[in-house]
Amino acid sequence: MMIDWVANYGRSMIAQVRGIGRATLILKQALLGRSNVGVNWKLTIDQVFAVGVLSLSIILVSGLFIGMVLALQGYTILTAYGSEQALGQMVALSLARELGPVVTALLFAGRAGSALTAEIGLMKATEQLASLEMIGIDPLRRIIAPRFWGGVISLPVLSIIFISAGCLGGALVGVSWLGIDAGSFWANMQASVDFYDDVCNGIIKSVVFAIVVTWIAVYQGYDLVPTSAGIALATTKTVVYASLAILGFDFFLTAVMFGEI
Amino acid sequence: MDNVVFRREQRVVYDSLSASIPCGKITAIVGPSGTGKTTLLRLIAGQLRPDSGDVRIDGVSVQSLNRSALFDLRKRMGMLFQSGALFTELNTYENVAFPLRVHTELDEDLIQIVVLMKLEAVGLRGAVDLMPSELSGGMQRRVALARAIALDPEMIMYDEPFVGQDPIGLGVLLSLIKQLNKTLGLTSLVVSHDLHETLSIADHVIMIANNRVAFEGSPAVMRASADTLVQQFLQGSPDGPVCFHLPAPRLGDVL
Repeated sequence: MMIDWVANYGRSMIAQVRGIGRATLILKQALLGRSNVGVNWKLTIDQVFAVGVLSLSIILVSGLFIGMVLALQGYTILTAYGSEQALGQMVALSLARELGPVVTALLFAGRAGSALTAEIGLMKATEQLASLEMIGIDPLRRIIAPRFWGGVISLPVLSIIFISAGCLGGALVGVSWLGIDAGSFWANMQASVDFYDDVCNGIIKSVVFAIVVTWIAVYQGYDLVPTSAGIALATTKTVVYASLAILGFDFFLTAVMFGEI
Repeated sequence: MDNVVFRREQRVVYDSLSASIPCGKITAIVGPSGTGKTTLLRLIAGQLRPDSGDVRIDGVSVQSLNRSALFDLRKRMGMLFQSGALFTELNTYENVAFPLRVHTELDEDLIQIVVLMKLEAVGLRGAVDLMPSELSGGMQRRVALARAIALDPEMIMYDEPFVGQDPIGLGVLLSLIKQLNKTLGLTSLVVSHDLHETLSIADHVIMIANNRVAFEGSPAVMRASADTLVQQFLQGSPDGPVCFHLPAPRLGDVL
């Protein structure tokens, strides 16, 4: 009984390690394989549109509402200490350091990551990837690499847009609704948010999340079992693994950037 | 192919399979369902690697090639997949033009001429603007054939090209395969269950059954063969050396 459990656990761990190895090889081959940079740039721009521009609406709306909720919650707490003038600072720091990169990455995993996995998986199931190979084109370079770069470029930009929309949402609630002075709201925000410590660290987080989420998405799509159940499972795995990875990496990066360890 | 052994997990697909495919001829690969005919094409194309043995094309061992050399080798091949495998986001014209755009420096006028000629050959010039989802399964395979021959490959592999074709389409495809082979000197491999149609154009036949090559030779010799396995297959008889039923416990024991 115990031996069976250990054996199953061992098999599962070996499968996990193999998966990480395969994912690394796929990424290496996609990014460092045969060069066709000229073609890939055009394809990458197409992917920036597909995963980035088409995610704009969900990012803008979410950013706006999260900024509004932050302002509302923050106002309730800050008024207890007579510090409601610091609302702009609180909204901006929360968004730039944490909520912007993390929530954008989570939304990106759900909206674009799952779409990437499903698209690549369907290409595999309908033999389009095999067909590319037979035409003499490496699908890792033609399909995987542009999607990977498309995600890596798009997510940090989407994070910046999310943070900006959140600040506007915060101002909408804080200034227009709750009556905080607009000058003190924006001046406090400007004075307290440091470009390097807050904005740049937030962007670095976002770049790390972009690499992790897009890598998981393209690997799950490329490595799935080419059946309808396989595609469904891989899409679910993308969202679950990417979300957990975002939260895990967020803790690690926050500890390194702001924890002074 | 020399002593090729190939397994899918525990299941042995080929156990020491050896066969030769003559250059410039049409070779039919036939055999019961599930014997690994498509697998054989994928081994030849280097999409699968044998567990042991050697697959050679023009004296070059396919499994010894690195990824880059393998893709270069595939530029000399064409393959028609069972499903057609058209790129779903491209229309018929762009699907056929795709290999030309990627591998040649031809200008748009020349690409247009080649694409229209290839589509004319498969009778689908009228479908030039249609998307794959607007084509029937048989039409998709014909467009895929036009794409497979777009670069005039030296070797072409057809995986079930006649599935979903009406008698007219089937006749046109048969003569097209024959014509391509004759005029361009292609080496053609045809995997098909349409035995009599395939044998009518084949110069060479490889029959796979029970994890090995059960017959190799000309269609005439195959038809005249006294081998019970070959005759069972030619006559479509359920009883013989090839089991119709997969091995399973007796029905009475299960029920």
